Amino acid sequence: MPKSQNNLFLVELPKNIFSGFVVSLIALPLGLGLAIASDAPPIAGIIAAIVGGAMCALLGGSQLTITGPGNGLVIVVLAAIVALGEGNSYQGYLYALAAIIVSGILLFLFGLLRLGALSEFFPATALQGMLAAIGLGILAKQFHVMLGYAGVKGSTVDLLLSIPESIQQWIGLWGSEALLAGAIGVGSLAFLFLYARIRNPWFHLVPAPMWVVVVTVGASYYAEFIAKSPLQIPPELLIQLPADLLGELPRPNFGKWNQSAFWGAVVSITLVASIEALLSIRAVDKLDPKKRRSNINKDLRALGLSTIVSGFLGGLNVVTVIARSSVNVNNGGTNRSANFFHAFFLVLFILLLSPQIQRIPMPALAAILVYTGYKLATPENLLRIYRIGKEQAFIFLLTLLGTLFTNLITGILLGIVGTFLVHLILNRDFALFSRNWLKPNVLMFQEEDSGNYYVSVKNFCSFLNFFKLKAKLDEIPTNAQVVLDFSLCDFVDHTVMEGIHNYQDAFERQGGHFEVIGLDVHEAPTNHPFAVRKALPIGNVLPFSDRLTRRQSQLQKFADTLEWEYNSAVIENPIGLDSYYMFNSRTINYQFNTLESPDGKSKLFDLSFSEGAFIAKEDIRATFLRIKTPMTIPAFTLQREDLLSSVLQPISDLEHINFDAYPDFSKNFVLRGASRSALESFFDPQMVLFFESHPIYYVESDGKSILIKGKRRLSSLEEIKRMWGFAEELERLLEN
Amino acid sequence: MKQPFKKILFGFAFSPSLGANLAEAVRLSQFFEAELHLVHVGEKTSAKEQELERLLQEQKIVQSPNIHVFWKEGKPVNTLLDTIRENQIDLLLIGALKRENVLRYYSGSIARKITRKAKCSVLLISNPSIDRKACEHIVVNGLENPKTEQTIATAFSVSQALGCNKITLVEEISPSEVNPVEDDESLRRATLKKEQINRRENSRIKTLVQKLETNLIQNIQWTTQSIFGSRGYSIGHYARVVRADLLIMNAEDNSSYFRRIIPRDLEHILAELPTDVLIVNPNTYA
Repeated sequence: MPKSQNNLFLVELPKNIFSGFVVSLIALPLGLGLAIASDAPPIAGIIAAIVGGAMCALLGGSQLTITGPGNGLVIVVLAAIVALGEGNSYQGYLYALAAIIVSGILLFLFGLLRLGALSEFFPATALQGMLAAIGLGILAKQFHVMLGYAGVKGSTVDLLLSIPESIQQWIGLWGSEALLAGAIGVGSLAFLFLYARIRNPWFHLVPAPMWVVVVTVGASYYAEFIAKSPLQIPPELLIQLPADLLGELPRPNFGKWNQSAFWGAVVSITLVASIEALLSIRAVDKLDPKKRRSNINKDLRALGLSTIVSGFLGGLNVVTVIARSSVNVNNGGTNRSANFFHAFFLVLFILLLSPQIQRIPMPALAAILVYTGYKLATPENLLRIYRIGKEQAFIFLLTLLGTLFTNLITGILLGIVGTFLVHLILNRDFALFSRNWLKPNVLMFQEEDSGNYYVSVKNFCSFLNFFKLKAKLDEIPTNAQVVLDFSLCDFVDHTVMEGIHNYQDAFERQGGHFEVIGLDVHEAPTNHPFAVRKALPIGNVLPFSDRLTRRQSQLQKFADTLEWEYNSAVIENPIGLDSYYMFNSRTINYQFNTLESPDGKSKLFDLSFSEGAFIAKEDIRATFLRIKTPMTIPAFTLQREDLLSSVLQPISDLEHINFDAYPDFSKNFVLRGASRSALESFFDPQMVLFFESHPIYYVESDGKSILIKGKRRLSSLEEIKRMWGFAEELERLLEN
Repeated sequence: MKQPFKKILFGFAFSPSLGANLAEAVRLSQFFEAELHLVHVGEKTSAKEQELERLLQEQKIVQSPNIHVFWKEGKPVNTLLDTIRENQIDLLLIGALKRENVLRYYSGSIARKITRKAKCSVLLISNPSIDRKACEHIVVNGLENPKTEQTIATAFSVSQALGCNKITLVEEISPSEVNPVEDDESLRRATLKKEQINRRENSRIKTLVQKLETNLIQNIQWTTQSIFGSRGYSIGHYARVVRADLLIMNAEDNSSYFRRIIPRDLEHILAELPTDVLIVNPNTYA
């Protein structure tokens, strides 16, 4: 390692230790809970997290990912334990360990053979349907545990149908002490749903699942030692950890290697593990403020090896997990060492806090899992997919129901076949697919004169052959200019449209440009940007005009008085925002309610963006004002000084700058910038006075324009007017 | 200036597009100042004779000493090949039918058979028309192959004869030459490697062009272009993307049994026929 990199590693080490610690806070309850939900010993999840964190930190190919037991795997591991154990869940667990080890070997081989693209053979919607089914599976089983009924068994459908019964039973306990276990579960669930609503940033330093654990364990101590009446929680609803952690390692049992059930388990575990890992790695890449690209094959090899070791030690599969990774990003993790420290802190927890962990009531953990399952299977997903197209909703439901009523492998196969049939029906042309499936259909060249990349796709482009297009697009440096031409392509499916959208994001993030042309001759069932397209004259797709809300008509009026343009439409890929530090580790969802001045210099808009991902995700909608500066100014970020803003410093190459000349200013504001001298001349006494005498906004400059952010919610018209006034004055000041 | 072809053979069948194909054949023979042999393999009937006469009349093609009509019987492919050998033909014209048509598939397969066996160049006309469409852009392969030098020379003289003044020489860079891209580092290496290959290929082709006589090159704007994709498929795709009017390719090397199982470059192009395709194969009778 070169010296400068070595230095950087040391400089960033404290951040990574801190981030690893916060991640371990969420990994502890999730690890225990996911193992319990799989019907494995609770420690199995922690083993997977520890082994995965340590090994992937050393061998992995991505920087910010956290590895450990995965959500999706709960259902397949549970199915394996039930099927292989034939009634004896501990025996089943030993057989399942063998299947886990074999799946680790397969994952390693996938990585070795560079089959990282494997998950790209699945239609996006079918994958969504599968994930939703997994979510429902988790939710169905854990809902009963959350209410204090650990013994309820049956298929996912049975479990779902018996939920009302369990609720009735629990309510029937009203007044008795047996109600308590369920009450803890229900309370925890309610808290998890409300967590995002609590706006106190201090409170958010500890992840929601850890709050649940801390509060319930605290309550247990309180009841026992202060109130002197221990909580009435039956022992089967408390976590059991082995007394001697190293002494009683379980021995994986390979005895069923010649049975089809064993290999069924291996295949489904491998399938879900690779899909969950790959989806997560891709998603985390989008959150990386340093915009690094993960080496998926290297990651797969590391995950495979970790899974093998974890399996031999009695742990679950190791996969890349999105929620924990996003917590890592949000807490300032910068490299793989954060993953290592997350494992390290888990070891400490297990060694030092074993008695406290054994006080965690299972209903509380079950609540965390119910919440996770709900997030996977949220009805919003179906709605979102329905908006893309009715046929996508059909594929989603087909895969979902297929998985629920049969098994995961059959479900996903149904989804694939269903998707293909839908494509056939849409095109009414079997030959288009049969004749061209195996043919190369992508041409890529760099234009000799301009240096731009040109990519042309012909015949059809769907999940069946998207990997060919991806292989070409992956070869293009992401800071290049790309034109992707679909005009020779008769059919483009949803999987491709969504994939292309991700490429557009990636290129915009890195200063490149990615333009898609040739789709205007295609017909789409909805005007959603991810809808399937086929080459046909455009039918009567009328742009539907929604009625304006009250706020929107106010904005319209405000725009009229300023003589600005108002546009209520949702813009999916707003350009020009990636140059701000603010959006380095946040994903922009869409922009709407745009007001623009006629000269294009000022723009006011609402923006939806997300921090974190999956169960650690928060969607934020806020109002922004952006003005082009009359001249080039230094890049900086300026925000209110409070303790949190200095603790939770986002990763960037910016330096925290304090001016000796303006002690008051430096006390009230956190200013970060790349060049101290340039900022010293920019912040002259007039400028400083301006910021001191006005309401404090988050202000950021990218050198050419200034971005002003309102509250962490949509601003009202009054607030917008104030922002506008602020910007006007700032602009006037800049012009002088 | 020396013309690339002296004797052109057009094997015709009575199809709706015969008129257009005849017009193309006659026009080409005039551009190349070449003899035109019209050969029909099949029974000679007076009805067919009258039809041919009518079509030639219709396009105001007067009997010229340069146009010869032959009626032959036998298996189409073998008969044509025999005629080519006997008359020392150096360009065979084949009119193709539209893609979706089963017949076109058939004629495609005949074309493939002939191109493999014929000892002369072959021009496949993808979209024959009665009125002339000017040839404005020619795409030529620049494969690293001993035949390429001759192909490029032919391309320039064809271009001069047809009055076309734009030629793009295309090198196909096979993915196997570049390391697979997995992360930023491998991407950077692959990009560098590609630039290197690109420079190497460009200079190789430039040397080939600079060897040509100056009067072949004059008035022609020629450029090079590297493309990435599977060999054979991508140059056809490229020709379609840039709307080339003519694609000029090397004839295939004599193929071993092994190569025969794997579909070869030309087969892809003949199957899709992105535009008119000329396969250069200098005749070896003389």
